[in-house]
Amino acid sequence: MNQAGFASTARAVGARGLWRFLVSELKPKGPLLTAFNLISAPIIVAAAVILAIRFTKGLSSVTNLSQDVPWGLWIGFDVVTGVAFAGGAYVLTFLVYILRQERYHSIVRVTVLNGFLAYVFYAGALLFDLGRPWKVVNPIIGNSFGVSSVLFLVAWHFMLYMIAAFVEFSPAVAEWLGLRRARRALSALTLGAVIFGVTLSMLHQSGLGALYLMAKGKIHPLWYSEFIPLYFFVSSVFAGLSLVIFEGTISQRVFRNRISEDHRARHDDIVLGLSKICAGTMFAYVFLKVLDIVHGQKFGLLTTPMGQWYLVEMVAFVLVPLAVFTEAVRWRSQTLCKVGAALTLVGILLNRLNVTIIGFQWDIPVRYIPTVYEVVVTLGVVLAEIWVFRWVIYRMPVLSMPPTWAMDADAPPVAAPRAAA
Amino acid sequence: MNRRGFLKTLGLAGATLTLPRTGKAAETETGTAPYGVLVDTTRCAGCNSCTYACAEANGLPEPEDPEAVTRPTTDQWTAVRGFETSKGEVFVKRQCMHCLEPACASACLTTAMKKTDDGPVVWREDKCMGCRFCMVSCPFSGPKFEYSSANPRIRKCVLCADRLREGAPPACVENCPEEALTFGRRDDLLRIAHKRIANAPDRYVDHIYGEREVGGTSWLYLAGVPFEELGFPTDVGETSYPSLTASFLYSVPMVLTLGPALMLGMAKAARRDENGEAASAAAIPPAVEDEEVRS
Ligand code: SF4
Ligand code: SF4
Repeated sequence: MNQAGFASTARAVGARGLWRFLVSELKPKGPLLTAFNLISAPIIVAAAVILAIRFTKGLSSVTNLSQDVPWGLWIGFDVVTGVAFAGGAYVLTFLVYILRQERYHSIVRVTVLNGFLAYVFYAGALLFDLGRPWKVVNPIIGNSFGVSSVLFLVAWHFMLYMIAAFVEFSPAVAEWLGLRRARRALSALTLGAVIFGVTLSMLHQSGLGALYLMAKGKIHPLWYSEFIPLYFFVSSVFAGLSLVIFEGTISQRVFRNRISEDHRARHDDIVLGLSKICAGTMFAYVFLKVLDIVHGQKFGLLTTPMGQWYLVEMVAFVLVPLAVFTEAVRWRSQTLCKVGAALTLVGILLNRLNVTIIGFQWDIPVRYIPTVYEVVVTLGVVLAEIWVFRWVIYRMPVLSMPPTWAMDADAPPVAAPRAAA
Repeated sequence: MNRRGFLKTLGLAGATLTLPRTGKAAETETGTAPYGVLVDTTRCAGCNSCTYACAEANGLPEPEDPEAVTRPTTDQWTAVRGFETSKGEVFVKRQCMHCLEPACASACLTTAMKKTDDGPVVWREDKCMGCRFCMVSCPFSGPKFEYSSANPRIRKCVLCADRLREGAPPACVENCPEEALTFGRRDDLLRIAHKRIANAPDRYVDHIYGEREVGGTSWLYLAGVPFEELGFPTDVGETSYPSLTASFLYSVPMVLTLGPALMLGMAKAARRDENGEAASAAAIPPAVEDEEVRS
C-alpha cells in the first residue's frame, strides 16, 4: 500500500521530512467518535485522575489494601494475570524462530507487539503500586542488589524482556520509517533476541508464581503448592496462545482492511495449530494439578466452599476448554477453537486471582475487595494499551505485508543480495 | 552460621561480600549466636510498660490506648494482647520475631530489609521502594506499611538496634516491671528457657516458641498453655522461609545457561532440516506446506 510511499518520501527529504512524517503519524487515522473511543477515553482520564490522587495522598486514598493484604488487584490482575496473557509472544517466537514452524510466521509480529505492549503497560502498572517508586532504580543501579529476592529476578527479567521483545519487533518500526540499513541490522538480531526472550520468559513466568512461595500459610492450600512456579509456567503457554486466538478473532474483524491476504488465508490453519498446542499443554497442566492434590492429600478440602470454588476453576475452565480444544481440532472447527480460547482465558484469570487475591488470606475477618478506583485504574491500563496497539497497527506493517523492499531483502533466505539493501 | 548456610544453598556466593562480618561476636563464649529476647507469658501482667518504652525509644507517637491495640501497627511496634485460655487470662507481647533467616530480608529486592550480625532485622529508608514483598512473605505479619502517606515507610520493631550497638538492652526489656522479658544471646536464652520448663513442668508447656519455628527466631516465648490458644501461628513449620524459594532461585543460573544453548542447537537443527527439504523455504511462509502438515 502506501507504506512504500512513506518510505521513499522519508528517505528523500531526510531528517526534516522524517520529523514531519512522525508528527503527521501522531494524528488519529480512524474515525474519532466510535463507541469504543467514547467509552474508553473517559475511563482512561478517570484512571489518570485517580493515580494523581494516589501519588499525592497515599495508597489508602484509593485502594483497599491493608496490612494483611499488601498486594491487591494492581498486582494480582495487572501484573500477574497480564503477564500470563502476554505469554503468547515467547511461545510463538519459539515456534517460528527456533522450531522454524513457518506457518505461524504471519502472526509473529502482531503477537510480539501485543506481548511488548502488555509488558510495558501491565508490568509498568507495578510502578503505581510501589509505595516509593522514586527508589525503583535501587535494584537496578547496583547499590542494592537483593539477589536472594524472587522479585529482584522478576523485575530484572521484565526489563530485559521488554528490550528483547522490542528488538524482535524493531524491524517493523524500521520498515515504517523506511530505514533500510537499520532494518537489516535489527533483523540480524532477531534470533538472539528470541533465544534470550524465551529464556527470560520461562524464568519470569514461573518467577511470578515463585513470588508467592513464601506466602505459605496465607494462600489457601488448594492453590498453594511448592509447584506454583511450574503451574504458572505451563499455564502461561496456553494462556498466551488462547489470547493470540482470541485477539486474532477480533483483529480479523476490526482491522479487516489492514490485514494482508496471506494472513487472512492462513488464519484458520494457525488457529487450529495453536488450539492443538493449547490442548497438549493443558493436559500436562491438569496432570500436574492432580498430582498436587493426590500428593498433598488435599481431597478432603474439595468438599469445603473453597473446594467447590476450586472445582469450578478446574472443571469449568480447565477441563471443559481442554475438551473443547480437543474436539475443535478433531472437527477442524473454528468456532470451537474460539470457545475453547475464551473459556481458557477466564480460567487463567480465575486461577491467578485465586492465588493472589481470592485465596490469599482467605480466612481473615476483613477480606480484601478492590475499590471501584482500583478497578477503574486497571481498566484504564488495559484500554490505554489497546489504544497504543491500535495506533501501531494502523501505521506499521504488523498485520499488513511489509513494504516490498523489505520483502525483497528477505526473499532468498541465504543468498540475499547485499546490494539491494 | 545459618545465614551463611542459606546463602550457600542459593549458590550466591558473591552475596556474602555484602555481609559485613565482625569478629566481635565470635569471641564470646556463646559463639556467634545473635541477641534475642525471651518472653515468659506466664509472668506478663499486661501493663504495657514495654509499649510506652518502645514508643519513647523509637520516637513513635505516645500510645493513647495501648490496650485497645491488639496487633502491632505502623505507630506502635509492639502490642500486648490478652487471651482467655484454659488457665485464665494470659497476656502476650507481640512484635517482629527477628527470624534467624528472615523471609522479609530474603524477599527484599533492594536489601532495605536486612538481618544484622547482632540479630536485629532492620529496615533502611534510603533503599526501600515500597513494594511490600516483605509483607507478603513474612510469616508473622511483621512489617507494616504507611498506606496513608505519599512518602510511605515500612515500620516494625528493630530490636532497638542502635541501643544494642551501645551495649544497652532493648527499651522494652529494660522497662518490664515483671521481668517477663529477658535479653541476651539467643543460646543463653534457650538454656534459661529450658531450665525454667524443667524446674516447673506444671507451669509451662514443653515448647519454646521460636526455638525451631521458621528455622528459629530471636524472640523466644514460654507459655503455660498451648501456643495456638495464644494466637501464634502453629502451621509455619520448622524450615526457614527463604529455603522455600531456594530451589527455584537455584534453578535460575541453570536455565539461563542451558536454555540458550539448547535453543541454539534446536534452531540450527531446524534450519538444517529445512534447507535439506525445501530450498524454497523463505521468511515469508511458504504456501506448499498448507495442506499436508497438521502435526
Ligand atoms: S518476623 Fe517477619 S518481619 Fe520480623 S524478621 Fe521475621 S520475617 Fe522479618
Ligand atoms: S517494601 Fe521495602 S523493605 Fe519491603 S521488600 Fe520492598 S523494598 Fe524491601
